[in-house]
Amino acid sequence: MDTERTVVPAIRDALVAACPVVRSADSGADAIAGVVPSFVAFPASTQEASALLRAAAAFDLAVVPRGAGTGLGWGPPPSACDLVIDLQAMDQVIEHAAGDLVARVQAGATIGHLASVLGLAGQELALDVPADATVGGVVATGTAGPRRFRYGAPRDLLIGITMVRADGVVAHSGGKVVKNVAGYDLGKLFSGSQGTLGLITEATFRLHPRPAAVAWVTADYGPSALAAVSSAVASAAGSALVPSAVELAWSAAFLRMGVLLEGTESGVTERAGRMAALVASAGGTPVVARSEVPFRSFDLVPAAGAPAVVVRVSFWLSRLAGVLEALAAAGASAGVAPVVSGPAGTGALYACLEPDVAEEDAARFVLVLRDALAVPAGSGPRGSVALLAAPPAVMTAAGAYGPVPGAALMRAIKDQFDPGHRMFPGRLGGS
Amino acid sequence: MTTSTEALVPRLREICGAGNVITDPLELRTYECDGLTSHRSVPALVVLPGAAAEVASVVAACAAAGVPFVARGSGTGLSGGALPREDGVLIVMSRMRSVIEIDPVSRRAVVEPGVTNLSVSKAAAPFGLFYAPDPSSQVVCSVGGNVAENSGGAHCLKHGFTVHHVTGLQIVTPAGELTWLGDGTGVCSGYDLLGAFTGSEGTLGIVTKIVVKLMPLPEVVHTLLAAYATTAEGGRAVSDIIAAGIVPAAIEMMDALSIEAAEAAVHCNYPAGAGAVLIVELDGPASEVEAELSVVRAICEAAGATEIRAADDPAQRAVIWAGRKSAFAAVGRISPSFIVQDGVVPRTSLGAVLARIASLSSEAGIRVANVFHAGDGNLHPLVLYDDAVPGQEAAAEEVSGQILDACLEAGGSITGEHGVGVDKSRYMPKMFSSADLDTMQLVRCAFDPASLCNPGKIFPTPRLCGEVPGHHRAPHPAVAAGQAEIF
Repeated sequence: MDTERTVVPAIRDALVAACPVVRSADSGADAIAGVVPSFVAFPASTQEASALLRAAAAFDLAVVPRGAGTGLGWGPPPSACDLVIDLQAMDQVIEHAAGDLVARVQAGATIGHLASVLGLAGQELALDVPADATVGGVVATGTAGPRRFRYGAPRDLLIGITMVRADGVVAHSGGKVVKNVAGYDLGKLFSGSQGTLGLITEATFRLHPRPAAVAWVTADYGPSALAAVSSAVASAAGSALVPSAVELAWSAAFLRMGVLLEGTESGVTERAGRMAALVASAGGTPVVARSEVPFRSFDLVPAAGAPAVVVRVSFWLSRLAGVLEALAAAGASAGVAPVVSGPAGTGALYACLEPDVAEEDAARFVLVLRDALAVPAGSGPRGSVALLAAPPAVMTAAGAYGPVPGAALMRAIKDQFDPGHRMFPGRLGGS
Repeated sequence: MTTSTEALVPRLREICGAGNVITDPLELRTYECDGLTSHRSVPALVVLPGAAAEVASVVAACAAAGVPFVARGSGTGLSGGALPREDGVLIVMSRMRSVIEIDPVSRRAVVEPGVTNLSVSKAAAPFGLFYAPDPSSQVVCSVGGNVAENSGGAHCLKHGFTVHHVTGLQIVTPAGELTWLGDGTGVCSGYDLLGAFTGSEGTLGIVTKIVVKLMPLPEVVHTLLAAYATTAEGGRAVSDIIAAGIVPAAIEMMDALSIEAAEAAVHCNYPAGAGAVLIVELDGPASEVEAELSVVRAICEAAGATEIRAADDPAQRAVIWAGRKSAFAAVGRISPSFIVQDGVVPRTSLGAVLARIASLSSEAGIRVANVFHAGDGNLHPLVLYDDAVPGQEAAAEEVSGQILDACLEAGGSITGEHGVGVDKSRYMPKMFSSADLDTMQLVRCAFDPASLCNPGKIFPTPRLCGEVPGHHRAPHPAVAAGQAEIF
């Protein structure tokens, strides 16, 4: 369907019959990278969401799920969008089983609301994501923060999911117990699927106790001390001191690594001292701060939604120095100055280009980087260079992902779940 | 052997070498079951490929002939996931057992699927690293099988399951094509096929290489054994430990009957007369573990422990674990036959479900020994019976099924780590709606539309895949230019 279509009253009637709260889209607030939908619906339950998707299927509507909209500006815009399904009316924490360290949450609940409920029992969902993002959005985008090093990404903490398929059928997988291998784990498949397989309406998570104390050990380096900082990151990440995060931040002006330790008051003090010694022995001058997070992967990233370019580089940690050199070389070759940050100890970094970067320079940066980091044919993949956010012209010129292992299987999955290709068409590069 | 499998023999010999294709009926019988011996089926053919390319060729040959195939690792699975097909080929991965690479700085190992779980940790130990998932069968079970089953183990409470430790897989698709899933670092551009594949019980393809995460060996490990008069008291200690914000590496419990069995089998010398034994293991940096240990000890005492033993070296630790690790086999000492059950309940329902199991047991006159991963609510009730007594096996089966019902009523699962396989597919409709099962099988249809790859497992009713009316639009310009893959 194209967005310029004539609004047929029958469609509005069908949507309203499915879900009482439906309005015409606002050409400003509801536009997704310039694509204006026709309708926005606000289901109050999984049943209403199911009825909406049945109606959308009947009229062959292109559908974009929306939480708080914090991640909608990332990734390619929809190639078509008739209906936005906004989950913000489904904002409840349905169940917090504190003794089981489990919470079941509606997809529209914000991370901040969930945190406030869990905090009452001294627990948390161990993802460092924006408080105004929704649970469903975080799962759909697979977003995590520095503590991914210890706790993983949403896919690692999600133990159950309720989703509505493109044809309106409601399905679940997993459950509300942490240990469970019954059936395929659709939660993994939906994590990071960006709304292209169906609509997530509920998620159940494994929780963690909030640490009694935290400390950051940080060390600054001269911006060209790439080998030294790489050695410090590797030492920290490989130590038995159990860091929760091993981060790196690098721009033309500075280079810093940081290690987060969580635990008991006395334990954190003692471990921070030893971690500082470890970092010092790897050639840094560490500082210990007993405060909350002093820097996070995305603090250096321009605000989401701005026409910035964000490139995710993943790698085996032993290649870190080579990756940093490749980033510098690609920047020099393309005439751009990337600001790099992220969970380096996990083997991932985000390179961000300034908002006014020329599109052809940005594309060149990505292609040069991809070429430099490609592993020889024959060995298995050892990382990837992905464009997470970029103007459409850069996406088109450089490609979002480069070669994707298992791409044919992914196409088959999409065809099975959404044969009409109506769920967020265009979002994962294809249509 | 069926006509179609017989016709495959020359091709399979050509691929794997004549010595690696088994057709002798007696030899084939060796493979008639896995660790779940109550289901048996002699495969038409067994092949033992020696390399990923051979696996791909074998699968391609099967696919071309329309012959079903089943992969088998070490055959230790407890749900019949590797049960062969009489009309099919059993692909045994045990010749592919090298640790291909260890990169200690990246804390990654690349291994072949037939490698045993424990040998990964052994290969990593010189670098101060280990592979965390540790199913009880780790001495013999294969990493490929662990991937298929998403295996856990006693220490997954803190360290997670196989899916949390696999960052790349090379697989042979059911069409016989070699492909990687994930980028080798754990990141998936596009859909998380790595996550979807792990735990799919061999129904989506055959793993040929595995990239696993290695973890630094913990600085210290402390193990505590606490004896209680009842499992309820032990259960209270478990709840209080979790409520204190402590996540131990493992929390295990055994009841009186399983203690009796372990005592008879391995003389583990657990406290005499105990109604329950709790094992709590803490690992990590010394300063944290010392602090946690004193809290755990105080909680165990407050919950009414009649005796507490501590181990802080490997030898003492092995003594404490001996009873627990031998529990399944040990039950053979006190009963001619038994069913190993695997159910999960929310941890806070442990007490209620154990009481329910006790009443089911007494009502039926069938003894049940309980061994469980208390920290994550994973119960392994051992349902004891004597097959020489008419009707007892059926009664035991009945109790075993009722235990699963009790787990589901408490909001739990029919399997925590053993898998569904052939054993539990009939219970799947109790846990999932037909829409849930239909949706899961969309994944199956994407990977294996012909339904030749380990068919008949997990799902009680297969889904017909059929042709999908996908959109057929012009290729994306980046694809046309060879710059991007699109899906």
